[in-house]
Amino acid sequence: MAVRRLNPEQPAQFAFTADNLAWAQDTIAKYPQGKQASAIIPLMWRAQEQAGGWLPEPAIRYTCDMLGMAHIRGMEIATFYTMFQLSPVGSKAHVQVCGTTPCMLRGSGDLISVCKNRIAGHAHETNADGTLSWEEVECIGVCANAPVVQVNKDTYEDLTADQLNKILDGFLAGRPPKPGSQTGRTASCPSGGPTTLADPALYDGSTIGAWKKRFDETATAPTEAAQESAPPSALASPAHKEQVAAGTSPASPAAGAPPPLHPAALTAMANAGLVKELEERGGGKALSAGELDRIKADMIRDRAIAGAAAAAAASTVVEPELLKEPRGGTADDFSLIWGVADKLVDKLHAIGIWHFDQIAKWTPENVAWFESQLDGFKGRVMRDKWIEQAGKLASGWRPDNKAGERPKE
Amino acid sequence: MLQDRDRIFRNIYGFHDVSLKGAQSRGVWDGTKFFIDKGHDYIIDEVKKSGLRGRGGAGFPTGLKWSFMPKADARPSFLVINADESEPGSCKDREILRHDAHLLVEGALLASFAMRAHTSYIYVRGEYIREREALQRAIDEAYAARFIGKNNIHGWDFDLYVHHGAGAYICGEETAMLESLEGKKGQPRLKPPFPANVGLYGAPTTINNVESIAVTGEILRRGGAWFAALGKPNNTGTKLFQISGHVERPCVVEEEMGIPLKELIDKHCGGIRGGWDNLLAVIPGGSSVRCITAEQAEAVTMDFDALGKLGSGLGTAAVIVMDKSTDIIAAIRRLAYFYKHESCGQCTPCREGTGWMWRVLERMERGEAEKREIDLLFEVTKQVEGHTICALGDAAAWPIQGLIKNFRPVIEQRIDDYQAKHARMAAE
Repeated sequence: MAVRRLNPEQPAQFAFTADNLAWAQDTIAKYPQGKQASAIIPLMWRAQEQAGGWLPEPAIRYTCDMLGMAHIRGMEIATFYTMFQLSPVGSKAHVQVCGTTPCMLRGSGDLISVCKNRIAGHAHETNADGTLSWEEVECIGVCANAPVVQVNKDTYEDLTADQLNKILDGFLAGRPPKPGSQTGRTASCPSGGPTTLADPALYDGSTIGAWKKRFDETATAPTEAAQESAPPSALASPAHKEQVAAGTSPASPAAGAPPPLHPAALTAMANAGLVKELEERGGGKALSAGELDRIKADMIRDRAIAGAAAAAAASTVVEPELLKEPRGGTADDFSLIWGVADKLVDKLHAIGIWHFDQIAKWTPENVAWFESQLDGFKGRVMRDKWIEQAGKLASGWRPDNKAGERPKE
Repeated sequence: MLQDRDRIFRNIYGFHDVSLKGAQSRGVWDGTKFFIDKGHDYIIDEVKKSGLRGRGGAGFPTGLKWSFMPKADARPSFLVINADESEPGSCKDREILRHDAHLLVEGALLASFAMRAHTSYIYVRGEYIREREALQRAIDEAYAARFIGKNNIHGWDFDLYVHHGAGAYICGEETAMLESLEGKKGQPRLKPPFPANVGLYGAPTTINNVESIAVTGEILRRGGAWFAALGKPNNTGTKLFQISGHVERPCVVEEEMGIPLKELIDKHCGGIRGGWDNLLAVIPGGSSVRCITAEQAEAVTMDFDALGKLGSGLGTAAVIVMDKSTDIIAAIRRLAYFYKHESCGQCTPCREGTGWMWRVLERMERGEAEKREIDLLFEVTKQVEGHTICALGDAAAWPIQGLIKNFRPVIEQRIDDYQAKHARMAAE
């Protein structure tokens, strides 16, 4: 968040010119009826352009009145969005230097020094005669051409301090230099010429209609169509090529045995089951996007592990060492294993597992057996690395946290 | 290597005609009607088959997202296209908007048709003023040719509008974007309800990145299987990579998903400045992901899964390269400032945490800190991560976690140096 306040000196009033008024009506018409508030950013932007590059307070009220909004809503917009300049800017150029890391790595510090020395010691101040002003902005989105400044509507890219000085000279003399890269390269093409897109066939019109062939073939030989449509050039790694040939690629619906579960399919399953599982895991409360993603990732992983475990279980399931009661009458505190809480502790005890060393000795076959005894929680043992944790705990180590220490990925 | 004929963005540098006629000569708007006649579900199925994962950073399967839209609903449906490209390091959508805009306009029609939407808004970041003008020109051409609009030649009434922001990174978050489009501050909404149920103006809405939409037309023409055969399983297709920082020739380039990072940089960027021995670290997916070390960078492939395994991410495929001249603490401190500046202020952990983390890093950059504060800082990043409505809190935490995980000795050295210097000064 940035602290932004209105300029103490404000003009008395503001009104759109006739042209801008007509433009504003067109803009409002882009949005459904009754939703004209949507137009506030474009309208304020136009007001800022008309007012000479900054947004005076009467213009905020004017746009709000035009859209039937409370003035405070307009104030919120004007102070929240940092492209609205709340105090006057240079009459000839307002220089926005990108200072974010990609530009910083390529020397935006030098550009900021130029601005400080030549324009004003602080951002958002104009120079003595009011012709220039500057500010440091967050990423302008021209990172492959860093460092970059935006002056008024255009960006000047691949800059050095000298070039910025020349650009400022140009604006002061009323002859703005040509925007874009100042090293002569085109857009974000690698300097020295493109490394791609050399095939003339892309530009001679021969690609037009070529795709139709695929559908003609589909009509005659539907079973081969899927593979035909993937040109050999498109097959990347040899491994992937084999997968496509073997029909295990997600896109290649070749006949034969059902392919093993593809990660994309797992994702789809996870999404389908998401709502139900979210209720269980989230206790019904709203979750942030980060939490959602994590839960989703966990679910995908659980399913993958459970799938693998189930496949293993089908062949080998071996009962681990079980005890009728804890040795010496006291059980180890299983809640110290990260990922194990009351419900699982009870389950472990019920089965006959009381001590860390019992779990530490588990083989994959034992894990498969244990999971076959559970209703839920499939895959937890491997995912949360119980065996490793139990081994450490059995040797006398104790975590700082009562709920255990999260195992490292 | 990706062959030129498998590249989708054929005018990404703007060497060729950007007008409708020029775009058509490169195969855009070719067969659009044919695919619309095949129906809504055909398009969604092909996109599902292609394995396309959203290009905005999160990598959610695009076809699946489209299928969440209700098929019959009294309310209108909307497609909102996210062109609020503001993640430091990312500069790919800009090239699409100004040089290959017709791919986007065509994709917008196809995707809207698939989701039964008659209206779509493209939310362009405020700074992209010329890009917005270029996009508007392309849309005007499409209207004039009756490719879109009411009673168009494709038989699906469709209005496409350009909307713009005014310098708020957070509006790239999908629900913040909807708030902003409705004329409010861009503060993210709680989910659920998800936008597919309650989105723009309370109606079903899908939000997609520019690149995800712009590849739709070509996926349909060449077939989902073609796209799926490129790249790696679960990480299919082509991708616009953006390489910035300390490489010889920074650029934007379309390559296959899963290309080794080393190959990407050596082939298109002329290598690392000063050679690979001079590499310090790489941020592989835009500022929000954890950085990886030089050693990891030499071996990693550029896809969601391989980078995810390293605790980093593909994000927007914005590769920020840092050589050994970089002060890594300063580089991450600048990102921390970015997140402090861009936090919308809604959730306390993010509003307060981003500023706190930045201030601590400012001191650590000078060495004016205690070593125990490194653990404290890490702990605070964990308190911010996952405790906010949107992912900006996570995005602010991850770069700092990457710094501490990979470059802890650098921070400790800085603190030692500072203390040694001041002990000496005190003694003198």
